[in-house]
Amino acid sequence: MYALDFEQPVLDIEKQIERLESAPAAATLADELATLKATRDTLLRKTYASLTPWQTVRVARHPARPQTADYIDMMCRDFCQLHGDRRFGDDPAIITGLARIGPFKVMLVGHQKGRTTAERISCRFGCANPEGYRKALLKMRMAEKFKMPIVTLVDTPGAYPGIESEQRGQAEAIAVNLREMSRLRTPIVSIVIGEGGSGGALGIAVADKVAMMQYAWYSVISPEGCAAILWKEANETTNTKAATALALTADRNLTNGLIDSVITEPAGGAHRDPRAAASAMQHWIVEQLRELTRLDPDTLVRRRFEKFRAMGSTASRQLA
Amino acid sequence: MAERAAERTWDQVETLAPKKAVPEGLWTQCPECGESLFRKALEQNLHVCMKCDHHMRISARQRVEQLLDPGTFEPMNATMSPMDPLSFVDMKPYRERIAQAQRQTGENDGVQTGAGFIKGRKVVVAALDFTFLAGSMGSVVGEKVTRAIEHATDHAVPVIVVSCSGGARMQESGFSLMQMAKTSAALARLDDAGGLFISVLTDPTTGGVTASFAMLGDVIIAEPHALIGFAGPRVIRQTIRQELPEGFQTSEFLLAAGFIDRIVHRANLRSEISRFIDFSGT
Ligand SMILES: [Zn+2]
Repeated sequence: MYALDFEQPVLDIEKQIERLESAPAAATLADELATLKATRDTLLRKTYASLTPWQTVRVARHPARPQTADYIDMMCRDFCQLHGDRRFGDDPAIITGLARIGPFKVMLVGHQKGRTTAERISCRFGCANPEGYRKALLKMRMAEKFKMPIVTLVDTPGAYPGIESEQRGQAEAIAVNLREMSRLRTPIVSIVIGEGGSGGALGIAVADKVAMMQYAWYSVISPEGCAAILWKEANETTNTKAATALALTADRNLTNGLIDSVITEPAGGAHRDPRAAASAMQHWIVEQLRELTRLDPDTLVRRRFEKFRAMGSTASRQLA
Repeated sequence: MAERAAERTWDQVETLAPKKAVPEGLWTQCPECGESLFRKALEQNLHVCMKCDHHMRISARQRVEQLLDPGTFEPMNATMSPMDPLSFVDMKPYRERIAQAQRQTGENDGVQTGAGFIKGRKVVVAALDFTFLAGSMGSVVGEKVTRAIEHATDHAVPVIVVSCSGGARMQESGFSLMQMAKTSAALARLDDAGGLFISVLTDPTTGGVTASFAMLGDVIIAEPHALIGFAGPRVIRQTIRQELPEGFQTSEFLLAAGFIDRIVHRANLRSEISRFIDFSGT
């Protein structure tokens, strides 16, 4: 199992628990087991209550952390994937499709990083190409036409930096999404479920309500990218400093007014209990859509505009 | 849900940053061909090398001067100056970087915006300034560009943005990122109102600026041989671990790929822009 260094003490206790549980005399060791489990829970809570921003980034990248496809499995009914941008191809790094979440029919759009090595390579570890962003917009426009709300799940280190992606207009694809999402006449909610890397994240996150999962990160650049440029070298020390300086955690983004909500994750992060994470997320989505679907499209689009218009620009206060 | 304060991340300063007082020599060298050029003559030639036609980087102030009819520029929000919303410190505090850039350039931040005329046609113009922290887009650049677009929308005047930027301003992190959404959303409103946006790409235009307003022009033109891209060449080289093709991410590459309308020599920018304005009827 993949282990984060700061989780190691917890994993060590869990190994003991496992050994006890499989011991022939397990039934007689109930007290010891209970004590160990309590110690584990306390340690886990303590560890996660004091994560540094850089540790948070590493939780956000945990290979067992649920991805868009997992959330679709756990949260959506009737999922019907839709492929392709009808211009160039079908980018597996962004999944789009029709789905039911709670009482709502929605268009679901989300970055996919991939689970198996083969899938990770074909998804370029969640780094979408222009055709991914264009596919997202095409499906979001369909949602607008049929008055379906849009739910986007953000999980990308950034849009893919390659020769072909530049040739096919990576910048243009993202820019057009920013402009068009700002005026789509249907509710949009976005959740940063893992990594929210720069324009590649924002390219599907111009939403009426934006949430971050508790241990996700969202920033203009990755800590390593920032460290490499501003500290001239990316290493454990400079990455730690950059992650703190960038204010990339859910809490900091909320305080800075750049997101609307933080969705609490199960103790020890979403990878320890994906179902609990999915259930918390579903609850938030349904709650937001209940409010947003009541608004007429003019009000919806105006409020969305005003929200982004105010970022870094006015001293006015507004209700989240 | 918690009440939140949308933070103002810029400040109004009373006076402009002090003008720089560095004396310049009579001669300067072309960074491309190495030719020694008489500075006065180079200025008259719009900072385009007389020998090899290289379009040199110029400041936003020089750009505005070149582009607009003489004496017509009325600056907007000239006293807007960056704050430091995250109290960002890397090897040097962001505050110090701002102060240093202000001393060196005599500007408050990396963009000039205002109203003026091009060959007698009323326009709103924004020019990004590479000499100020590499033309990076922080809250001030985003806010001033947005206000320029909004002014153009409200007064039914064409807006011209001359981009010249290394991308996001890392020291403003999320605030910098959201300027991409803000400027693009303002352009949606301009578009809804039927306004004309001419985007002029100059060397270099990369990152968050390219992936927002720079690529959203009704007409997108570029100066010859400018570096234009989403990711920087260094990042791409590191990612794909191979050499980049000759001429990759140049204006000519983008024209061939279908992402810009025209490549325009600096000497013809005024007349080409006038022509677009006339065709659009705005
Ligand atoms: Zn030359």
